[in-house]
Amino acid sequence: MHNFNNIMETIQMIEKEKLDIRTITMGISLLDCCDFDGKKSRTKIYDKITKYAQNLVKVGEDIESEIGIPIINKRISVTPIALIAQASNDKDYVAFAKILDEAAKAVGVNFIGGFSALVHKGYSKGDKILIDSIPEALSVTERVCSSVNIGNTRSGINMDAVRDMGKIIKRTAYLTRENNSIGCAKLVVFANAVEDNPFMAGAFHGVGEAESIINVGVSGPGVVKAALEKVKGESFDIVAETIKKTAFKLTRVGELVAREASKRLDVPFGILDLSLAPTPAIGDSVGRILEEMGIESCGGHGTTAALALLNDAVKKGGVMASSHVGGLSGAFIPVSEDEGMINAVQLGSLNIEKLEAMTCVCSVGLDMIAIPGDTPDTTISAIIADEAAIGVINNKTTAVRLIPVFGKTVGDEAEFGGLLGRAPIMAVSKFSSSDFVNRGGRIPAPIHSFKN
Amino acid sequence: MKSVVTVIGKDKIGIIAKVSSVLAENHINISDISQTILQDYFTMIMIVDLTKASSNFKTIQNKLEAVGQDIGISIKIQHENIFNSMHKIS
Repeated sequence: MHNFNNIMETIQMIEKEKLDIRTITMGISLLDCCDFDGKKSRTKIYDKITKYAQNLVKVGEDIESEIGIPIINKRISVTPIALIAQASNDKDYVAFAKILDEAAKAVGVNFIGGFSALVHKGYSKGDKILIDSIPEALSVTERVCSSVNIGNTRSGINMDAVRDMGKIIKRTAYLTRENNSIGCAKLVVFANAVEDNPFMAGAFHGVGEAESIINVGVSGPGVVKAALEKVKGESFDIVAETIKKTAFKLTRVGELVAREASKRLDVPFGILDLSLAPTPAIGDSVGRILEEMGIESCGGHGTTAALALLNDAVKKGGVMASSHVGGLSGAFIPVSEDEGMINAVQLGSLNIEKLEAMTCVCSVGLDMIAIPGDTPDTTISAIIADEAAIGVINNKTTAVRLIPVFGKTVGDEAEFGGLLGRAPIMAVSKFSSSDFVNRGGRIPAPIHSFKN
Repeated sequence: MKSVVTVIGKDKIGIIAKVSSVLAENHINISDISQTILQDYFTMIMIVDLTKASSNFKTIQNKLEAVGQDIGISIKIQHENIFNSMHKIS
């Protein structure tokens, strides 16, 4: 029998606390779309995506209406395009990005991820071509997302790629300068990238994955914040328990949606990603959860500890609620997409150094941070290197999604619109890292013993 | 298929009558009703059975929402799975 209070609690979570399913992402393998002729390869890609994902949006909308929870995004991730395109003789891969964009529009998804290369140890021919194609690809397409993995714990950090990505980010910012350099919001530089992440911009369908899968990302920072409001002043034991219980409930709904989508699309269920993904809407902020724990403004001392507790408790609560947890699964801290973080930057309590510390204990990394447009590419590369080092040494995923907004500087703001939000331009160090970045080569893989 | 109808809004005469007539017109059986008034707000939960329903889920949902808009209250119908998933381990 249903309990009145339980039903009202669920309704309240959806109506007032903005509980939603952030994304149903269909992963599609394109490994069988290679062809010596680039044009033929692109036709295979288009045909395969539009066949596999033809019902994705409709099924998402049906589930949304029947169980009564918003499913914000329906998306597609594909095999890293560098692996597919390099079978061809093409000298640039912009046409591959365009075909992904067309396929995304044809099936009605708002983003397609996988214009990607995995270069953590070195470049193959196609990896280099793909990376050089990124700036133009992101400026001539609307829905394509790109990612590059430049390091991992087992192979170290490819510093040639780190150096190149600084230039690629700057070039992307320049080519999309009319729109606050928005191309950079669709480009993620990873260390220890995961193969089953449903969230954009970093989603791609790894080579170890099945032919096609359904991955689901839940959300719900507002629900966690509301739950913590009821335990004001209580000890951290109570705080951790409260977050765990809440995360369990959020995840159960995600599991239901994932199972339904998998059944109706006849595509196997891959994973559920437990991440707390904020939006720029009031009441949907990870920053505000940290403040609810007792930090006056996000970024103040204690923020890293608060985030560590949050991230860990979300995982503990969520893991039992789903049969397969994967992806990034933690708390996201994308500055422009989080109302509390935007506010904290404006108040001066949150800076890029504190954000770097926070990335040591949360999922992902320096995310959706707008920096001055005149930041040297070597400084961006050095920021990537720092972030990759945190990931590689600590055996976790880290990422950098920086937007050097063309023509803007500290004190200005960049508006990206929709879920991407708005970002006050944040200061970066004025001191040069160019001699460091220009060394190139590889930072060796770390030792896996003597952990201190 | 069992679903949960929730009705929330300012209390007024005839809410239950209007909601249940939509359900009856569409051959939907009500298996449980509970309601309460919280600070002038009428809150009602109905467990309904759609096995013999004469219209599809979306149509019924639209009809209920239209009635809700007519009388200025919120009426939702959701599959019971979401509540089971969130609150029960079985």
